[in-house]
Amino acid sequence: MRRLLPLAGGAWLAGFVAAPLLVVLVLAISTAAEGVPPFDLPWIGGISLDAFSLVLTDGFYVESLGGALLVAGGAATLCLLLAFPMALGLTRARPTWRGPLLFALLLPFWTGFLPRIGAWIGLLRDEGWVNTVLENLGLISAPLPLLYSWPALFLGMLHAYLPFAVLPLYASLSRRDPVLEEAAADLGATPWTVFFSVTLPLAIPGAAAAFLLVFIPAAGEYVIPELLGPPGTPMVGRVLWQEFFQNRDWPTAAALAVLLLALLLAPIRLFQRLGTRR
Amino acid sequence: MLLSLQGLSKRFGATLALDHLDLAVAAGEFLTLLGGSGSGKSTLLRVIAGFEAADSGKILLEGRDLAPLPPHARPLNMMFQSYALFPHLSVADNVSYGLKRDGVAKPERARRVEQALAMVGLEGFGGRSPQKLSGGQRQRVALARALVKRPRLLLLDEPLGALDANLRERTGFELRALQRETGAAFIMVTHDQQEALALADRVAVLEGGRLVQLGPPRAVYDQPATRFVAGFLGGANVLEGMPDGQGGFDCPGLGVTLRPAVAIPADCRACALRPERIAHLAHADRPNSFDGIVEDVAFRGDDSLLLVRASGGALLRVGHAEEDGPPPERGSRIALGWEAAALVPLHS
Repeated sequence: MRRLLPLAGGAWLAGFVAAPLLVVLVLAISTAAEGVPPFDLPWIGGISLDAFSLVLTDGFYVESLGGALLVAGGAATLCLLLAFPMALGLTRARPTWRGPLLFALLLPFWTGFLPRIGAWIGLLRDEGWVNTVLENLGLISAPLPLLYSWPALFLGMLHAYLPFAVLPLYASLSRRDPVLEEAAADLGATPWTVFFSVTLPLAIPGAAAAFLLVFIPAAGEYVIPELLGPPGTPMVGRVLWQEFFQNRDWPTAAALAVLLLALLLAPIRLFQRLGTRR
Repeated sequence: MLLSLQGLSKRFGATLALDHLDLAVAAGEFLTLLGGSGSGKSTLLRVIAGFEAADSGKILLEGRDLAPLPPHARPLNMMFQSYALFPHLSVADNVSYGLKRDGVAKPERARRVEQALAMVGLEGFGGRSPQKLSGGQRQRVALARALVKRPRLLLLDEPLGALDANLRERTGFELRALQRETGAAFIMVTHDQQEALALADRVAVLEGGRLVQLGPPRAVYDQPATRFVAGFLGGANVLEGMPDGQGGFDCPGLGVTLRPAVAIPADCRACALRPERIAHLAHADRPNSFDGIVEDVAFRGDDSLLLVRASGGALLRVGHAEEDGPPPERGSRIALGWEAAALVPLHS
């Protein structure tokens, strides 16, 4: 059993992480071709770096990568800002309330992802609930362009990813030693100073984990930008989708995916170091 | 009086942690709060520091009521049992934390941190992380951090509890030297009676949230007021019985009438007798003596402890000094006696 477990872990990694990655890498150095599948494998059509050079030189792809990182960074920052007080509140809640509150936090997951996005569309579109209510109250005369905007995009991101930020923060904050905060207060620190000089610095590993758990999936996100974001949002997830399924240019899509992975590894390393520094 | 506690009460659910407690502490005094777990000693410290609010009563520090002040506004400091050093700050930053909160200028801060670290024998440790220090060194950092603000009153929650036995004695002496040097009043919580007796100017014994006895260590040890204090401090024998009305004290458990040196109040129902005050006799033929059978012998290094069963059924703890030769064998019959002055009538 003891020898079997690492073996199983290795097999899992090989089957579900290494193998797909290898497939994508091989795809990225293949040549595009007419037919099914729409490419020639390197050992048939020869190794081609065209896809990489296209992705790296064409401003459209570079912009989509940058846009994805910006949106993901923004979404992760927003989630973190909102998750921190929520997680802190959870740790300070009475023990009898903690279960129900955590349950409420996870409740949105009980509904499918698309219906939840659909609900936002229903709320935000021109004839949606928000605009209707505002119009009936006489606060606005024409509908506000709420949907297909940056705020709508970030609202959707926040809604979808907030629990991923709250949970690691909650885990980290609930393990903190309350005596440290008492010691700070005893030495003359006001509650705000206690928070900024003791609670917050000690929560950095948890915050780094929370940031990454939002940042990584958000960088590849394409449904929310597509359905809620402004038209033509340059996000790599969307571009990947278009290259695979509309342009059927698999090598370019694969090269883009490899590049995105490389770009994501940098912040992962950075945050891992932040997380293990102490 | 530096600190005056008046009628302090604190209830946690059904338990009364502090029960109308009155206590006054003089400036520069070293007071130990001694008690078992649940005696309220730690609660008392937390109430003084402001981490718990008292249900009723007053806490006056130099005549000023502390009750409405949050912990950070109370002009006293506390040293925590777990030391509570900030793991993300260096030793120097830990010590200067309180000075920074007071707005002390940077050069002055550095000077005082240096001074405080020197005071506890940790010169040159300022740049280290507290997590890389030994338990004894961490204890000193915590002490330096608590003393660097020069409080008039320092609260110490089991400050020696996490140290091993050898270090504890040395650190105890250092603690008292520091207390004399700084002139601050120390209130130290401990459950260790030897620590309490060795360090304090006065010992306050707590039981069930009440102050049951307060006095200099020797007085509390020699003249325990209650059964609890007698048993808790030095493990005195508590002999149950009744005054016989003629200056004696009938003790059915021993099968004899005790003859104390002092007058016994009519409502007295027990006397304390310390194990080390009981001596071996050739015959139990005088007042304050009895025959018993040795039930067990435990060697303790500097002496042995005998458990002796008296004819009346009482089991007594009896000290046997090393210089008196080998202790009697288990099962042997021995005669024991004590001076009249060794008997202390207890109030309750």
